[in-house]
Amino acid sequence: MAAAVGLSACGGGDAEGSGSKTVRVTLANHVWTENIKKALPEFEKESGLKVEITQLGEDQLSDQYNVKLNAGSSDLDVMMYRPLQEGKLFAKNKYLADLTEKVQANKEWDWSDFKQGPVQATTYEDKVVGVPLITEQEVLYYRKDLLEKSGFTNPPKTLDELKSMAAKIKADNPGVAGFVARTGKSPAVTQFSSFLYSFGGDFVDESGKAAVNSPEAKQAYAFYGGLIKDLGPANVSTDMGWPEAMAIFTQGKAAFYTEANSLYKNATDPAKSKVSDTVGFAAFPEGPAGSKPYDIPSWALGVNESSENQENAWKFIEWATSKAQTLENEKAGVPGGRTSVSSDPAATATYPKDLVEANAAMSKNGVGHDRPLVVKVAEAREIVGQPIVDAITGKDAAASADAANEAFQKFLDDENK
Amino acid sequence: MAATTTTPSTARETSLTTSASTPAWARWANHHRKWLFAAPAMVFVAVLIVFPVAWTVYLSLTDAEGSVRAESEFIGFANYLEVLGDTERFWPAVLRTVVFTGGVLLVEVVLGMAIALLLWRPFKGEKWVRVAILLPLVATPVAVGMMWRLIFDPNIGLANRFLAWFGLGPWPWLAGEKTALPTTMFIDIWQWTPMIVLILLAGLTSLSDEPQEAALIDGANAWQRFRHVTLPLLMPTVVVAVLLRGIDALKTFDILYATKGKGGGSFHEVETLNVYAYGLSFDYNEYGVSSAVLIIFFLIIIGSMWAVTTRRKDAA
Repeated sequence: MAAAVGLSACGGGDAEGSGSKTVRVTLANHVWTENIKKALPEFEKESGLKVEITQLGEDQLSDQYNVKLNAGSSDLDVMMYRPLQEGKLFAKNKYLADLTEKVQANKEWDWSDFKQGPVQATTYEDKVVGVPLITEQEVLYYRKDLLEKSGFTNPPKTLDELKSMAAKIKADNPGVAGFVARTGKSPAVTQFSSFLYSFGGDFVDESGKAAVNSPEAKQAYAFYGGLIKDLGPANVSTDMGWPEAMAIFTQGKAAFYTEANSLYKNATDPAKSKVSDTVGFAAFPEGPAGSKPYDIPSWALGVNESSENQENAWKFIEWATSKAQTLENEKAGVPGGRTSVSSDPAATATYPKDLVEANAAMSKNGVGHDRPLVVKVAEAREIVGQPIVDAITGKDAAASADAANEAFQKFLDDENK
Repeated sequence: MAATTTTPSTARETSLTTSASTPAWARWANHHRKWLFAAPAMVFVAVLIVFPVAWTVYLSLTDAEGSVRAESEFIGFANYLEVLGDTERFWPAVLRTVVFTGGVLLVEVVLGMAIALLLWRPFKGEKWVRVAILLPLVATPVAVGMMWRLIFDPNIGLANRFLAWFGLGPWPWLAGEKTALPTTMFIDIWQWTPMIVLILLAGLTSLSDEPQEAALIDGANAWQRFRHVTLPLLMPTVVVAVLLRGIDALKTFDILYATKGKGGGSFHEVETLNVYAYGLSFDYNEYGVSSAVLIIFFLIIIGSMWAVTTRRKDAA
């Protein structure tokens, strides 16, 4: 017991129970984080608090949370987390503090300003456990110069057009792929989801049963896999996440690329992209069921239930998600969760014009999830992602979808036991 | 001080033997001093090794998942039965672990021996060669993995450009379902052969010259001298090298994770036991099953260590 008290005292630094002046904030490597770090001195001056930031890559962030939250560690106060990826797991394990009263206390901060979809994703069993931070949709990135060279004046409106245009451009430009996207079993799932919805499918049907072998889903798997297999980079691997796929696009080796709009700066920044001046953006092309890209809250801020500094942790969140900060972040290219800000023309003034148009089109018929909404998301993604990689490597996508559906149903049964 | 009045040797004896005048605790301490001095180290080992292993054994007998803080039920050996009956992920992972470890160990020892023999006799520029050979060893495995991942990138990597200079077509390297494991083995060999060289070279330089000279006079050729004189004398060093590198190779994680990511790639093509156990706990949050895998893995490591060391005794 004495040892435990000693340890927690060490962990608290200058902490004396709940009144610590230091807030420990764990953030992911993201443009949002870079922006907020710049504004931080302002907050520290205003509040008199000291903010200690730990910044990690997505995988390392997950690992860190797994270890620390499992141990009931109190040395995390504010956590940047992914509501769709680990939100349910964390909430179910009671890792996230109940913020319901806090979000409603400050009328000026205005909880009702947050969009419904994101709010739902950060609410668990009627309790608010997080504040949405970043939202994203899937858009089509394309190369204006290559389209022009092949005689196209407009980006594709439908998935069929996307396929035929990609094929023509690939034929016209040896060494350049028509299309590139994520190929890794788990990373590809989220970007594949827009294809799945636009073909009329979903991971789970209305009755809650696994639906990844529906005729629509089978078509979507075959289409996505075929696009990469036939029109993708010459020696495609099945390990690509966004950094690898983005690298191929920004190195000028692909004409079309479907990816989250929140990553657009990687393509338009001359320091990172060889094609910065010729990149264009378009709404996600229409499939048989229309254009139905995901429209999701990708990150949120939550408070660690075991933290002894919850009051100050909330002060940080309140500031970081205020209207002023959300506006600053949107200006810098990170779409947030506030209605008032995203309808403010000042917020999008710095964006490429076509991207603003694409985003607007998307928020009309977007789908609120980009992966199965379950507790153990990582495992579910691997199951429903298998037919993607099988289609890419030229295996029988339909048979693979049948196998995946069986495994996914078993997984759902296990989880709902 | 008593020592000033007696000779050094008797001073030592007095301090070590107990007399009736010393207090009871001092006598007890004196009798048990070998334990007392070892106690800090023993506590250290208990806290850092015995406790985690015991905790893992406990977890492996429960259905812990989601959170280790959540309530879990004691389910006996059900996890072990599940794992041992799993032919989809577990047994292929065991096979890959064996192939990976056996493969890299064989190549590293043979190659390491050859390089050590070349470096054994002094030559010009020896220092520079030694530095160059040691370079891979000092790099962080994760960094090494990232570097090779870039080199082996099928589209923009150096390796395929290099092949193209020789008019060869692209090779899938890490990207291929069948080529990924051999490629990661190559990376491991690249990084760790220098360690074997280092150990064997140390062993070679400590050998005495007489047996070699005697063999030379008897008319033995270079191969015969290596086979019948150098190798037997060097055997204890070889065993040490195999043991150290073998345990390390069994546990390889960083190179595999840095090059192929979670689950050892989309088809689990480089998923060894270590990568599998990591995925079970950090991606799937299946702490019970993961602990069972780790305990089985632990037994495999202990078993192979035991096999290598007893062989050594038999040989001696």
